[in-house]
Amino acid sequence: MANTLPDNWNKLTPEQKLDWRLAAWSSPEGKPLNTPQAVANFTAATRRYIDVLKLREPDRVPRTLILGDYVAHYAGSNPGEFFYDYPKAIAATIKFCKDFDIEYGAGGNFMPGKLFDRLGYRLYRWPGGALAPTQGFQFVEGEYMTADEYDALIADPESFAMRVFTPRVMGALGGLGMVPSFFGTVELPFVPFMLAGFSAPPTHEAFKALLEANQIVLEWFGANAQLGAVTMGEMGLPGTMGGFSKAPFDYLGDSLRGTRGIMMDMYRRPAKVLAAVERLVPMAIQMGVGAANGSGTPFAMLPLHKGADGFMSNADFKKFYWPTLKATIEGIAQEGVVPMMFVEGGYNQRLDIIAESGLPKAATMWIFDQTDMAQAKAKFGSWACIGGNVPASLFKAGTPEQIGDYVKKLVDVCAPGGGFFLSPGAVLDQAKAENVHAYLKTAKDLGVYR
Amino acid sequence: MSQQLINAITEMQEEEAVALAQQMLDEGASPSAVLDACKQAMDVIGQRFEKGECFIPELILAGEMLSQVAKIVKPHIQQEAAEKKLGKVVVGTVAGDIHDIAKDIVVFMLDINGFEVTDLGVDVPVAKFVEAVKATGAKIVGLSGFLTLAYDPMKETTAAVKALDPEVKVMVGGGQIDEQIREYTGADAYGKDAMAAVAIAKGWA
Ligand code: B12
Repeated sequence: MANTLPDNWNKLTPEQKLDWRLAAWSSPEGKPLNTPQAVANFTAATRRYIDVLKLREPDRVPRTLILGDYVAHYAGSNPGEFFYDYPKAIAATIKFCKDFDIEYGAGGNFMPGKLFDRLGYRLYRWPGGALAPTQGFQFVEGEYMTADEYDALIADPESFAMRVFTPRVMGALGGLGMVPSFFGTVELPFVPFMLAGFSAPPTHEAFKALLEANQIVLEWFGANAQLGAVTMGEMGLPGTMGGFSKAPFDYLGDSLRGTRGIMMDMYRRPAKVLAAVERLVPMAIQMGVGAANGSGTPFAMLPLHKGADGFMSNADFKKFYWPTLKATIEGIAQEGVVPMMFVEGGYNQRLDIIAESGLPKAATMWIFDQTDMAQAKAKFGSWACIGGNVPASLFKAGTPEQIGDYVKKLVDVCAPGGGFFLSPGAVLDQAKAENVHAYLKTAKDLGVYR
Repeated sequence: MSQQLINAITEMQEEEAVALAQQMLDEGASPSAVLDACKQAMDVIGQRFEKGECFIPELILAGEMLSQVAKIVKPHIQQEAAEKKLGKVVVGTVAGDIHDIAKDIVVFMLDINGFEVTDLGVDVPVAKFVEAVKATGAKIVGLSGFLTLAYDPMKETTAAVKALDPEVKVMVGGGQIDEQIREYTGADAYGKDAMAAVAIAKGWA
């Protein structure tokens, strides 16, 4: 459901851009809403979401979930089927959506397993691939960029990603390392020589793999559309996640250098780390904006990893992590897309730093995990909407009463004045169904404004 | 000079620390004097970590300095002075979970606090914990996990090692673990951080 941006786009202010995108996202027009119930839920749920984003009181607290493997487990399927058996995954997701009183779209690790097979993806292992179908997908941590490659990354991040990093993490794309520079296009006599650079068999293999991989993704889009016909068409559950990005420090620290590497680099080569994160900002912005453009859902989720309490001192947070994350948040918001930070772990030491940094008002969303929500409300409430914090342990090992009490407390503390949505603090992989029901029902009953 | 070495390590001066250790040895200091200085430095770092004054980068770098110093000290050691250990601990991140940052810190802290630690790595199947307990005779097992899907493997691992040897004590920890999950898994203790792991293990040793 991509939207074409209006002609005067570049003349609009960030706020106008945001409002344009929100209007397109929330308009029932042109959406395949096929039942009165679908139209009613869609309209109410999108309005509620926009209300909290804009720091207004909604009709009631929007209730969201962050779903992982729980959807599969609940419906008697498994993560492996969610990677390889589309009809089963679709049926299971529909069952989940119908059994629970939810108001936003709910996907749960529904992935094209064949895609990762075809690409020879080494950065993760996944269910039904190298892992048993009952397991969740796993990251394979490593030093995929060596310490002496900082200069190459800084000189040209995109080229580094294509020619160096990708061949390392995708076996079938090794040939991308040999792709010549496209500056060969500038002069007629250069062109044949540029094209000659595509002759190596691994390069042919890589392009073939990319085309086939794209076919697999299109097929998977088709499967998603079938799912959408029910969740959107019959039930009117709007999608709330249009795209993803990360903090520049996490692009570098999670996937390129690895935890050990990045932590040592902070001492051994701090100037390179700073130069690298700086260079990654435009890409980090584009990742968020681009995906939101493509999906028509103007929310980009940024899971935050290595800036949490304990990962570094506040001084290092202000030096290595926050400036480029802030620039990324601002850059995404500038384009009228809502950066939605998934603030994993605790951020109790960081709240002041963020709150005092002058981020745009009513333009960002924050999902907290283990941060003190009273503090978060006090420090963010006047300028950003917040949610999260219902513990994963309660979903799995608590009772309906316990989780209901927790939700009640959260609503009491955070809901007054608006700007609050209900969300778990962590991705939901394991839970008892009665706890999920209690979580949803408590907020529906108690989170009413008018 | 040993105070200088302690300072270099606690101030995170990597090159200086390694150079000082070398210099001490060159000037005739005993290997154990060098290692003692390292141990004192680690105590300081451990205390700072507990107080929230130092963080993961410092722990990782300290570990790195320690292993570099150990490498240059090794050739000078005539015979390994058998250091008396507090006890044996088997540690691992449970099946299905690959988060190792916290587990590594727990292992590191137990190690520098005098425990003999067997680190089984990540995504460790139940059977491997059982084998390791059997092989080492350890009476303490530490289970790390960050995913909710770690809850059940923790429960199974706890049951399995206790079935093997009812005297084995199990502690659990990790981001989404709390007292409620300790109860769920049947473990003996929950530790909030690596210093808690040390305190719990000391209580059991
Ligand atoms: C870093 C991180 C990653 C890294 C891991 C890198 C690595 N090599 O470990 C990467 C990016 C690879 C990753 C991947 C994933 N992650 Co992750 N990750 C985190 C994150 C941000 C930090 C965890 C961490 O290392 N903390 C650092 C440690 C040092 O902090 P700490 O907890 O204070 O550590 C102390 C205590 O825990 C204690 N302790 C630890 N173990 C033990 C053991 C004993 C015996 C004792 C006594 C004490 C003890 O001592 C430690 C030291 O003081 C957490 C969120 C968070 N902040 O907790 C999510 C989080 C754990 N990840 C999560 C998820 C979902 C995933 C993925 C599945 C992501 C996905 N959907 O794409 C994958 C797959 C992982 C898998 N199969 O294992 C979720 C889990 C939710 C759930 N329901 O299970 C979390 C909670 C994020 C969230 N809020 O949703 N992740």
